[in-house]
Amino acid sequence: MSFELLLGAWVATGLTLFIFTFLYEDNPLFKLAEHLYVGISVGYAIVKTYDTVIIRLIYEPMVKQGDWSLLIPLAIGMLMLARYVPKATWMSRIAFAFIVGVGSGLAIPRVVSSFILKQIEDTVRPLASMVQGSPTFTYSLTDPGSNLNAIILLIGMVSVLFYFFFSIEHKGPVQVAARTGILFLMIAFGAAFGYTVMARMSLLIGRLTDLIEYAEPRYGRPSLWLAAVTVIGLVLWSMKRRPQAEPTEE
Amino acid sequence: MIFFRRQLPLLITLVTGIVFAAQYYVPHPASEEMLTTVTKWLQIIGGFALVLGVTSLFHIHAVKIRRKEPGWGYSFVLYAAMLGTIAIGLWLEGKETINGTMTAFGWIYNFMMVPLQGTMFAILAFFIASAAYRSFRARSREAAVLLIAAIIVMMGRVPLGEYLVPISGDITQWILNVLNASVRRAILIGVSLGAVALSLKIIFGVERAYLGGGKE
Repeated sequence: MSFELLLGAWVATGLTLFIFTFLYEDNPLFKLAEHLYVGISVGYAIVKTYDTVIIRLIYEPMVKQGDWSLLIPLAIGMLMLARYVPKATWMSRIAFAFIVGVGSGLAIPRVVSSFILKQIEDTVRPLASMVQGSPTFTYSLTDPGSNLNAIILLIGMVSVLFYFFFSIEHKGPVQVAARTGILFLMIAFGAAFGYTVMARMSLLIGRLTDLIEYAEPRYGRPSLWLAAVTVIGLVLWSMKRRPQAEPTEE
Repeated sequence: MIFFRRQLPLLITLVTGIVFAAQYYVPHPASEEMLTTVTKWLQIIGGFALVLGVTSLFHIHAVKIRRKEPGWGYSFVLYAAMLGTIAIGLWLEGKETINGTMTAFGWIYNFMMVPLQGTMFAILAFFIASAAYRSFRARSREAAVLLIAAIIVMMGRVPLGEYLVPISGDITQWILNVLNASVRRAILIGVSLGAVALSLKIIFGVERAYLGGGKE
């Protein structure tokens, strides 16, 4: 096994265990891993942005293809940095105005088309299907395209919209619709919660799988050694901290 | 001077907003090319926004190190990790593999960033479980509905759940594809209406918070 793979196994195991120590309490090992994470992530983002923006979007088109129009976004981007010059702070507004203006302009028709009209179109569907020339009502719940599900979708969407509609008082039929909307919302929140829990569990299983793999002799059993080191480290930290904490409690 | 400081940004927002809203309705190659160009421009400008964020992070931790505030050593670790990653990444031109061989930058990604990121999100599983224990007690009818939906979806997403209750997989799919979809659509429509209203307010200068405070 190559040295870099072996070192990688030990480093990955150590960092994984350091993060897991947070389950006991916030401690120096976790903070070390946490700050390493932030530092590496930001460094990685900077390198990737440099490669994508500076090299591929600016340098190569300008120098190799002679596309000097890119000086315009470059100048607008530089204006953003004017925030650091007290007397020229106002110039950064020009850059923000451009970004916000373009973003708002692009958003309006696309949001109306994709997120309003298309969603309504997909919700308001025929209440019966034509099968061999005669209208048929399909009841299958397992088929998302069945007529019964189309009605449930319509009721759910309209009732949730009623719940968020505060321009009229929720009384009488509106109250019934709003309360139905709450039930639909609760089901959706429960489903979202369950889905998120399972996604996190999947990540956890991934990390534990790595720890099990790194407990093999071919890696030098880093999971076992580093788990012992981490536990000893936590015990020593707790013992060292306790005498300092007691006087302040009194 | 007030024109450049206050009115020019509003004018730029108005013009760009109207032009790019209208662009959608002009199916001409020139219009499409304008959209492609400005999308590229926004990516370039976005890169400078990263500079703003990173500078702020640099400043906060530099102050901590200079004043030797509690935990300044961690700020030093953050600096070292960030500068080390940048130096190695730039040296290797951002490549994680060269001819199929992992580079030092790829090593940092695979053996440091991925485990750290994965574990950081994985520990949320424990906190979510603890939060669920505290908040999921069925105190009302609505809470009971939420609890039941969550349990069904959790059971339907694992083989053991489907083994114990064979129908849980189908019910989970129904909840996700029908009930959850209807709510998502309603929320999406509401959020979209809000986004359109906000965009119009920005374009016509009613909403000016993005310009920030400070001197006129």
